[in-house]
Amino acid sequence: MDDKKYSSYVDKITPNSPTVKNCIKAFVSGGFICVISQFINGIFISKGYTIDQSALLANSVLIVITGILTGLGLFSKIGYFCGAGTFVPITGFANSMVSTSIEFKKEGLIFGLGAKMFTLAGPVVVYGTLTSVLVGIIYYFFGGGSVNV
Amino acid sequence: MEFLKAFLFGGFICLIAQILLDKTKLSSGRILVFYVCIGCILGGMGIYKHLVDLFGAGATTPLTGFGYNLAKGVIEEVDKIGAFGIVTGGLRAAAGGLSVAVITSFICAIIFEPKEK
Repeated sequence: MDDKKYSSYVDKITPNSPTVKNCIKAFVSGGFICVISQFINGIFISKGYTIDQSALLANSVLIVITGILTGLGLFSKIGYFCGAGTFVPITGFANSMVSTSIEFKKEGLIFGLGAKMFTLAGPVVVYGTLTSVLVGIIYYFFGGGSVNV
Repeated sequence: MEFLKAFLFGGFICLIAQILLDKTKLSSGRILVFYVCIGCILGGMGIYKHLVDLFGAGATTPLTGFGYNLAKGVIEEVDKIGAFGIVTGGLRAAAGGLSVAVITSFICAIIFEPKEK
């Protein structure tokens, strides 16, 4: 059995490892989104905005881009390909809000759009807020100016 | 260089999420909740700030950055106004991003029609 045959034989009997492929896709696409964010960030910083403002503006631009891509039906295709690479950055948070808003607006503006907008973003905000309150309590009683955020 | 750092760290955070997604029974929603809490706790411990300084948007763009923002807001507010900051700081810091997301969702829902599945 020559090398070529052998390697094709190995390829045939080795089970496909979607995890490795998925991980590479997630790594590259997630990193790429952060690079875009860094790029937009740099533009706003060079225009004289503070670091906090620039980070918010960069995230806002990503949110709006995500909204448009979601509305056009493109984001779900990108997301299907990229996996965690698109749902972990702020794009995933935005997509979850925009997609449910569009999908459920036919059930009404209040209990359709308004309620379903937070189907996925809700838990994130709820547990984020709870954790932040916990952090605040601990900091208030034990931290006393010692943590530099 | 700052782009490379943002790429590597942002990619790394997404990579961990992908492994969790593929190897455990955690759904994407649970991973996001988990990430926000982790970001918030690391923020409260003063660790995440170093990551933000080092990796820039690589640390602020993933959802852990949202958690960090909450912790940062709460700590700054406690420093400024005391105990009231515990309940006002977090959401105040998150208000900008949340409002933009809500406005965007609303406008997109008005403009776009749901796609047929």
